[in-house]
Amino acid sequence: MSKEWPLWEVFIRGQHGLSHRHVGSLHAPDAEMAIKNARDVYTRRNEGVSIWVVEAVHIAASSPEEKGPLYEPSNSKVYRHPTFFDIPEDVGHM
Amino acid sequence: MYAQLVKTAGTGVKTRAEMSDEERNFQDRIDRDEKIEPKDWMPDDYRATLIRQIGQHAHSEIVGQLPEGNWITRAPTLERKAILLAKVQDEAGHGLYLYCAAETLGVTRDELTEELLSGRMKYSSIFNYPTLNWADIGAVGWLVDGAAIMNQVPLQRTSYGPYSRAMIRICKEESFHQRQGYDIMMKMAQGTDAQRKMAQNALNRFWYPSLMMFGPSDKDSVHSAQSLAWKIKIDTNDELRQKFVDQTVPQAKYLGLTIPDEHLKWNEERGAHDFSEPDWSEFFNVIKGKGPCNIDRMKDRVAAWEDGAWVRDGLLAHARKKSAARTAAE
Ligand SMILES: [Fe+2]
Ligand SMILES: [Fe+2]
Ligand SMILES: [Fe+2]
Repeated sequence: MSKEWPLWEVFIRGQHGLSHRHVGSLHAPDAEMAIKNARDVYTRRNEGVSIWVVEAVHIAASSPEEKGPLYEPSNSKVYRHPTFFDIPEDVGHM
Repeated sequence: MYAQLVKTAGTGVKTRAEMSDEERNFQDRIDRDEKIEPKDWMPDDYRATLIRQIGQHAHSEIVGQLPEGNWITRAPTLERKAILLAKVQDEAGHGLYLYCAAETLGVTRDELTEELLSGRMKYSSIFNYPTLNWADIGAVGWLVDGAAIMNQVPLQRTSYGPYSRAMIRICKEESFHQRQGYDIMMKMAQGTDAQRKMAQNALNRFWYPSLMMFGPSDKDSVHSAQSLAWKIKIDTNDELRQKFVDQTVPQAKYLGLTIPDEHLKWNEERGAHDFSEPDWSEFFNVIKGKGPCNIDRMKDRVAAWEDGAWVRDGLLAHARKKSAARTAAE
């Protein structure tokens, strides 16, 4: 069995109320150590109020080659944007 | 609102002396506008009330797809059909964001679904009214989404982090909903006599049910006082209803349509419109299951759940088979 520590992806909540955002990765033997390491690596200047770590192998990602089929269909659906509809100014903000 | 008559758990707002240390700390955090996150300590009543409120909100988004879905196959043009489809699809997304927010409080998706299907949890009374003509789709976007926005905008500041973030996403998408509805109303109101009549008819039928969306007056309710103190409710029902009326009057006027309320008039002193209350006995009837569409709505949701069982089971079986094959290959 490999003795290499697994890779963890680190997510930090920067401020109260915000979502966690991906900030980077690190190696650690387990979740507890990953959080400790993340504290040292990614929050030395008070960057966060909460840390999430996820083992990188557990992250499923879309592949760049699929970019077209995945996102192009929404290009033609311009009506999803509110500005598609001309609403007269007299009626107030909508 | 989308969450109407949510029963706040507990016995009302405690004084600081009555609070435990934990409760005092918790209230202080809320007073400082800090967000409460899933792993933070929270009173059981706060958790229970939020599950009810967010759950009811989620159910409303899901059941709310039905009256509009009714017109997808009958939209007057291909463009209107695509727009309505996109709008209804957004509502499904809103339901999902909200169910996920509720799940962070320790309830499962299936539990929430069962509560809805068994009738133990409610959804907004508004979705128990039928959509009879094409202008109704305009009226729903304009008035129903308009009323929803009125309630959801302040909820972006609610104290529970996952709920607040779901609301922020939802509000970004709602503007499209209201504008597409108003756009339909403009076309109808500027159209033929028959179209104008349909528009007026839709407004007549949706006006009072829209006012009911905010729920009966709760200015003297101890339960609402607790929800306000917890910042899971930001404004009273009356405040929101007033804002909604004041916002909608000029919009109706621009359309050349008449709001079906002979007592509606501008009150200079208050700087707001006076208006008639909806018939609250009708509201309570609808909540009890006796509205025009309650039975159909529940029948459709139950059918969707039961008819979808083989898909859920099949996909799960497939996922298990794939993962077994992967393990065997390792
Ligand atoms: Fe919605
Ligand atoms: Fe909605
Ligand atoms: Fe909406």
